[in-house]
Amino acid sequence: MSEAALATRGLNMRFGSLAVAQGIDISVPRGARYALIGPNGAGKTTLINMITGLLRPDSGTILLEGQDITALKTDARVKRGLARTFQINTLFPHLSALEAVTLAVSERRGEAGNWWRRLPDYSETVDEAYEILASMQLADVCLQPTHSLAYGQQRLLEIALALATKPRVLLLDEPAAGVPRNESSALFEAIARLPDDITVLFIEHDMDIVFRFASRIIVLVGGATLMEGTPAEISSDPKVREVYLGSSHTGGAHHV
Amino acid sequence: MTTATESSATKPSASVDPRAFLKRQTRWSVFEVLFWLATLSPFFLFETYLSLASQIAITALFAVSLDLILGYAGIISLGHAVFFGVGAYTAGIVSKYGWGEPISGLFIAAAAAAIVGYLTSFIIVRVQHLALLMITLGLGFIAVEIANSADWLTGGADGLLGVETWPVLGIWDFDLWGKTAYGFALVVLFILFVVSRRLVHSPFGLSLRGIRENAVRMPAIGAPNPRRLQKVYVISAAIAGVAGALLTQTTEFASLEVLGFQRSADLAIILILGGTGRLYGAIIGAIIFMVARDQLADMNPQYWYFWIGLLLMAVVLFLPDGILGGLTRLVPARWRKP
Ligand SMILES: Nc1ncnc2c1ncn2[C@@H]1O[C@H](COP(=O)(O)OP(=O)(O)O)[C@@H](O)[C@H]1O
Ligand SMILES: [Mg+2]
Repeated sequence: MSEAALATRGLNMRFGSLAVAQGIDISVPRGARYALIGPNGAGKTTLINMITGLLRPDSGTILLEGQDITALKTDARVKRGLARTFQINTLFPHLSALEAVTLAVSERRGEAGNWWRRLPDYSETVDEAYEILASMQLADVCLQPTHSLAYGQQRLLEIALALATKPRVLLLDEPAAGVPRNESSALFEAIARLPDDITVLFIEHDMDIVFRFASRIIVLVGGATLMEGTPAEISSDPKVREVYLGSSHTGGAHHV
Repeated sequence: MTTATESSATKPSASVDPRAFLKRQTRWSVFEVLFWLATLSPFFLFETYLSLASQIAITALFAVSLDLILGYAGIISLGHAVFFGVGAYTAGIVSKYGWGEPISGLFIAAAAAAIVGYLTSFIIVRVQHLALLMITLGLGFIAVEIANSADWLTGGADGLLGVETWPVLGIWDFDLWGKTAYGFALVVLFILFVVSRRLVHSPFGLSLRGIRENAVRMPAIGAPNPRRLQKVYVISAAIAGVAGALLTQTTEFASLEVLGFQRSADLAIILILGGTGRLYGAIIGAIIFMVARDQLADMNPQYWYFWIGLLLMAVVLFLPDGILGGLTRLVPARWRKP
């Protein structure tokens, strides 16, 4: 097998006395669709924050396409092809959706430092931004300020912003968080349509969606990987059933 | 929007033209043209106020420089007079020691202010909120003390005497009435305003707004925030330096007051009164502040600040976008730029 698109080696991190990462080793092959699941507070978001450079692990290494990126800043990791979305909308409220995505595209194309040419003169950049928005069903609303978009549209904009960086590895932190169930499936259809060479690791609580869209699943509990396997293996594993699906089966597994 | 959703997937919908939308934001509006024509009126209508008009133009330029960092990039500063002062003293010292040519003087002053801006930018872009206020405040105090103790160079508390400004382009002498002073200040203001306007409408300007809107998201789309902030900080410092140099050149004098906290504080007030993040707010704020101060000049200073305090509170409470923001709301939506 060729080297993994994304891998971590022995990631450890503590918040005070709370161990949120305990020797996390994951390895995601190129083009794979992995799901990261686990109860609330398991450390899933923290893991993504470490992988993308928002948090610095206490120890361990992060490898992107075989290269050690542990010491790189977030924006340098993005330039190497690692993008993410946020569980809680992290957008630009007073920019239009078009401006926001144009901004991300112009960053990628190395144009965002130019302070003399006018933005609309970069027609390829603007057109590309518009196409990304259109592919996320946001064409009709792209001239509106972000804060005025419907919540579900803001979730789509989260993804559009990440796509604008042309990622080779995409980390999606609960992309459908807060979206009604019937819409979340459509959202994942859009994710499933992404080109095959993009490696995707997504966090999601809805097990139906996880089983449908993930080729493999990593289960994180208490900052440690409990197990990793195919959807069939995970769903039949008694340990997983116990800690994740099992005890709290009253309201369903898709809590917030 | 409607039920015809199948078109939205790939085909551009007829109502949305992204490039035209962005172009519309950069286009000069009728209001802008009228505004700049109106700035010529002191030459004809208010000749006795020409020297006030040149003070206003200088202050407006200074306020534009603050708007670039505060209104667009979200960097709060209570020490922007440092750069104004560096420009003012640099122009004055260069002139005092034999080079009174005003245009090259502006460039030299801009370079000096930009260097100081660059050196301080390393701290500025790494702190936020209260720490940022305290650091810019501290830089201002330090600058005053340095200028004060270097009296062999700056004249200390007595001010810098012996400044002499040569005629602009060898033609227009700085007359007593202030015609040349206002003309020169206005031309420089206009040129640097156009430059700032370009900057604001460039990809770089967009990335500054991005940092102001969400500094966490920016690195996650690949943007190096500190480098962007440093760049705009240096540009802003250079423009502030030009404003300071203009003051020295037109008044042929510089004193410690050019660097002082009062100037930085007045500048913040001017920008907040006029409205941040819209460039013209800086100019409108400067006009209102300076004209009001001139009209109320007979009152004692405490009394004047009583009214300014009241006005400031009223604007912040009722016109969060400043006076210009309030005015634009009176304009029909289709004439307004987003
Ligand atoms: N910045 C922080 N400081 C302290 N504790 C934190 C911080 N961020 C997260 N935590 C804690 O770390 C644990 C893991 O959080 P998180 O990674 O967000 O979990 P998940 O995404 O799996 O729900 C939680 O107990 C959370 O309260
Ligand atoms: Mg989370």
